[in-house]
Amino acid sequence: MAPPPLSPNDAPLLRVRGLRIEFPTRRGTLVAIDDVSFDVARGEVLGMVGESGAGKSLTGAAIIGLLEPPGRIAGGEILLHGRPIHALPPAEMRRIRGRHISMVFQDPLTSLNPLLTVGDQIVETILTHKPIGEQAARRRAVELLEEVGIPAPDQRIDHYPHQFSGGMRQRVVIALALCADPELIIADEPTTALDVSVQAQIIALLRRLCREHHTAVILVTHDMGVIAETADRVAVMYAGRIAEIGPVREVVKQPQHPYTRGLMGSIPVLGAGSRRLVQIDGAMPRLTAIPSGCAFHPRCGEAFARCREERPELLAAGHARAACWLYAGDNAAERAR
Amino acid sequence: MLAVILRRLLQSILVMLAVALVSFGLFRYIGDPIHNMVGQEATLAEREQLREHLGLNDAVPVQFARFVGNALRGEFGISYRMARPVADVIRERLPATLELALISGSAALLAGIALGVYTALRRDGWLSHAIMSASLIGVSLPTFLIGILLIYVFAVELKVLPAFGRSETVQLGWWNTGLLTASGLKSLILPAITLGLYQLTLIMRLVRAEMLEVLRTDYIKFARARGLSDRSIHFRHALKNTLLPVITIAGLQIGSIIAFAIITETVFQWPGVGLLFITAVQFVDIPVMAAYLVLIALIFVVINLIVDLLYFAVDPRLRVRRTGRGT
Ligand SMILES: Nc1ncnc2c1ncn2[C@@H]1O[C@H](COP(=O)(O)OP(=O)(O)O)[C@@H](O)[C@H]1O
Ligand code: SF4
Ligand SMILES: [Mg+2]
Repeated sequence: MAPPPLSPNDAPLLRVRGLRIEFPTRRGTLVAIDDVSFDVARGEVLGMVGESGAGKSLTGAAIIGLLEPPGRIAGGEILLHGRPIHALPPAEMRRIRGRHISMVFQDPLTSLNPLLTVGDQIVETILTHKPIGEQAARRRAVELLEEVGIPAPDQRIDHYPHQFSGGMRQRVVIALALCADPELIIADEPTTALDVSVQAQIIALLRRLCREHHTAVILVTHDMGVIAETADRVAVMYAGRIAEIGPVREVVKQPQHPYTRGLMGSIPVLGAGSRRLVQIDGAMPRLTAIPSGCAFHPRCGEAFARCREERPELLAAGHARAACWLYAGDNAAERAR
Repeated sequence: MLAVILRRLLQSILVMLAVALVSFGLFRYIGDPIHNMVGQEATLAEREQLREHLGLNDAVPVQFARFVGNALRGEFGISYRMARPVADVIRERLPATLELALISGSAALLAGIALGVYTALRRDGWLSHAIMSASLIGVSLPTFLIGILLIYVFAVELKVLPAFGRSETVQLGWWNTGLLTASGLKSLILPAITLGLYQLTLIMRLVRAEMLEVLRTDYIKFARARGLSDRSIHFRHALKNTLLPVITIAGLQIGSIIAFAIITETVFQWPGVGLLFITAVQFVDIPVMAAYLVLIALIFVVINLIVDLLYFAVDPRLRVRRTGRGT
């Protein structure tokens, strides 16, 4: 039972427009996220990739309203069903968290309160969001544990987190994230901290549950294979901006942005060998020294004069959109060289 | 769990034996016990007779064994100065110290936790800054100075609280309590503040630091991401995790409150074991000193045991054995 839409129009589930996140520091303002825009449709899985420090976690934190000070949203808007949520009073934002937007963190070993049983934690979350009694909540908790594949859930519900293995704990975390039937889950590297042998299981579980519950997912991961198998669309982030965004098949098979091409170039054959992101020559710039124009130009093999001076918007590029001057109409000549 | 408790018990016994050895050494080798007991006039023969009678000619291990045996029965000999059994003297004085330590310790603990949580949650509030600054004074002012200041303000100038002693007390069996009379309670206030202020500021700063640490953990972030209320996040999820490491320190602090009562009892002429000890030192009343040492050590050891048991009660990671590993 999904909560009723907050507005009756046909706005996408989530719309991020021109998001800008700043950190005021003594030596000036750091701009960590600059003009990031994307949509997530109902039930859609949006993959998000990019080197560490690209701004994926900050984007997720901003959406769920948990940016930690001194970080702040300095521009743009975040709309849920067309309704702005980026500047809601804390009490209202709290009602959106868990119920409409939920989150799965990276490390299941530290995501659960060690002093409360998993049942306590699930029941409390259900009671916070649903008008049901404690008994019903507990029955629902057992069902949820069963649904995420925990054996003997009616006994395990009274166990403490340390009595579960890492993979099992991440299943509990997923149960917790799902327990108020949110419409969107932000899964920030949900398998990075796990044993390789259980990563695929957890991703499969997440995918199955979200499909069944018709929950949209923003899936942050370094694993291009997972993106290729799981996501409907993918957003590639670089230095706090979106470099390319589009349908997963196109972006993986025919990457348009030079940075994305570099990323995909590191996976020779999909489904075989290493699927991890391999770094391109050079390093992503620090926030204190973001290059002028296209932030990627010092590492880009195809950079030309305009790249150093003007920052590219997201431009239509094949079936995707890429923030790259190669796709500006008036650069067609240069592109053809 | 039983094994752990047994090991702790064994450790405690070893600690107590070590303290008993020091205490015995004090008794046996500082000054001449015979000299202390009979004074100048006794003849050599009388001294030798007493020495034999007291077993001071036996081998040292035998003497130590006898000392431990007596200590177990609560016998520490006769006070040189008061010519009364040490055990009786201590039993008279102990309630005063325990009541003072208990009241000031629990007040320090409660207020310390409350203020620590408050200053952590309202990190940037002006009141938090004021409390934190004031706590620096509590940490840096010596106890006796705090006591004298309090006496000056509340007893000398304002004349609202007594400056020294326990006032009226009531006898309950062998326990002599000051908690049942208004004047007894009133005279407890200043010494309790003096004794507890340092511990209060220490516990408060510890709780604050620990709480800030816990508020940064992933499980608190996840609790927020699930939309739980601030009240539940702060007091159900964070506070319990904050108090876990605080238990140890708090236990040790209560122990040191009893030990440091010496200064407070001196300033306020509080008739407890601390004052007894100071007087004993002045008069080289070795049996009293020895008994006091053993008593303080015993209190520390018991508190440590309680702390360990509390850990078992609070932390499921110690209580429950790992089950059902695997994915
Ligand atoms: N509290 C902070 N103060 C200053 N910079 C920060 C802070 N938190 C994150 N950043 C910066 O924001 C950028 C994006 O971080 P993050 O979103 O965590 O990256 P990702 O999740 O893609 O690895 C990084 O360059 C990081 O240094
Ligand atoms: S805009 Fe220029 S520098 Fe940036 S990626 Fe495109 S070609 Fe390279
Ligand atoms: Mg991250």
